[in-house]
Amino acid sequence: MAASKALYQEVILDHNKKPRNYGTLEHPSHHAEGHNPLCGDHLHVALQLQDETIDRIAFHGESCAICKASASMMTAAVKGKTRADAQALTQEFLAMVTGKLDLSQPNQIGRLAVFAGLHDLPTRVKCAILPWHTLQAAFNSQGTASTEA
Amino acid sequence: MNARPAELTRATFDVERVRADFPILQIEVEGKPLVYLDNAASSQMPQPVIDRLVRYQSTEHANIHRAVHTLSERATAAYEEARVKLQRFINAPDEREVIFTSGTTEAINLVMHGYGRKFIKAGDEIILTTLEHHSNIVPWQMLAEETGAVIRVLPISDAGELCLDQFEPLFNARTRLVGMSHVSNALGSINPVKQMIAVAHRHGVPVLVDGAQAAPHMPVDVQDLDCDFYAFSGHKLCGPTGIGVLYGKAALLEKMQPFKGGGDMILSVSFEKTVYNAIPYKFEAGTPPIAAAIGLGAAVDYVSALGMDAIARHEHALLQYATGQLNDLPGLRLIGTAQHKAAVLSFTLDGIHPHDVGTLLNQEGIAVRTGHHCAQPVMTRFKVPATTRASFAFYNTMAEVDALTAGIRSVQKMFA
Repeated sequence: MAASKALYQEVILDHNKKPRNYGTLEHPSHHAEGHNPLCGDHLHVALQLQDETIDRIAFHGESCAICKASASMMTAAVKGKTRADAQALTQEFLAMVTGKLDLSQPNQIGRLAVFAGLHDLPTRVKCAILPWHTLQAAFNSQGTASTEA
Repeated sequence: MNARPAELTRATFDVERVRADFPILQIEVEGKPLVYLDNAASSQMPQPVIDRLVRYQSTEHANIHRAVHTLSERATAAYEEARVKLQRFINAPDEREVIFTSGTTEAINLVMHGYGRKFIKAGDEIILTTLEHHSNIVPWQMLAEETGAVIRVLPISDAGELCLDQFEPLFNARTRLVGMSHVSNALGSINPVKQMIAVAHRHGVPVLVDGAQAAPHMPVDVQDLDCDFYAFSGHKLCGPTGIGVLYGKAALLEKMQPFKGGGDMILSVSFEKTVYNAIPYKFEAGTPPIAAAIGLGAAVDYVSALGMDAIARHEHALLQYATGQLNDLPGLRLIGTAQHKAAVLSFTLDGIHPHDVGTLLNQEGIAVRTGHHCAQPVMTRFKVPATTRASFAFYNTMAEVDALTAGIRSVQKMFA
């Protein structure tokens, strides 16, 4: 089976249909808006940091299945993690989808490994990384993130 | 219409024979025969055009309009012969009215710089339409920003047709130019340009027609349209990239200022005074894309031999069949249902993002465009961020329509 079909079956059937942590947070400590101006996708990520640990996190927006599933799995993965751990995971995720992570070495990727096939679909890498850029923008209180920045 | 109207087109157009001329149509993508439905973005090149490029590079290449040696004479003759082929293709009265540009975008920018910056002042008005490609919006916004001119926009209906009744009321004493597409790239709507040009001329206003999506698909006669400018691209017309044409009425071109300065566009240069060359050379500074122009000449020979009327009929049959097939799919919404359409089907699928559709269709070997198609005002008008667009050429078949329909069904099944 082709890489993208395998990828879609893993992520779509679950996270696209039933995204985790989908919605809004009241009074988040950090939040940001992410845009992909090339396709019009946008999403909003909001989180509550408690003693440097992500206590609550939510996202919503309009995007393709890859972006939505990536956002859903991201929120599930970073919830309960410290800011530093979430940032380290972000770096690993970005490295993985651009084909720069050696998955045979110890890592925190876990279930996010379903996105590893994306480096065969260069036109769709930006869809998957938008939620992660938006998370970083939220940490940095930047307000917005863009795939074209 | 569910039955394939094969007999309808076979009588006049042997599509299988035509396909044999296109090497790229024989390749496989993802292990499936290529179904190329992204012709509105760029079309494919037939062997005679490829051969012409090879012959030029192998036996004729040198710089043009320069040296007295044999190769320069050959290259110059071939380049100017291409201009005459293009002149005939659009029935321009005079070959001097055919300017080679890098494409439609540069052609429109040439009019903006050469005509707009000279004749359009603060408070003057330019009329555009909602259907325009960004290339016929952004240059005019740049001009408006620079000069203080005002852009007025003709809206479209829910079907994607221009609201003609609102066109004439847009004119006033300050209207200086109308810019409009002949065929919408995002929706396929064929606009009544001839009728609208007559309206503009009643108000003494010249009209620039963006013909990028029309010239490859129907006969174009600039004298019959009476347009003042007509722009189109080579690579959507089975020619190479990097070449296009601006047709302009000689009287207007002569009044315009050059767009780019350099060699070949001058008669004499001194540091005190430079005298510009005559049209069309005044607008062709520097060494032009000689090979690409000659290739485009071969491309218009190729499509003219097939017959633009026959091409239009075959593509219309594809459009009718594809429209029927797609309309039968539950959850599919066609965006752009104009009465007069080129073979472009823009659509959305309930609950499925166009980029997912594009990626999954590609797994079936089907190439479509997804996104906003450089026409964001159109997307905004229909309240969609993006669409999937299947755009046909004369080498597409009814079987490829079936492949598209089956591909969409399979995407829908995956997301069900």
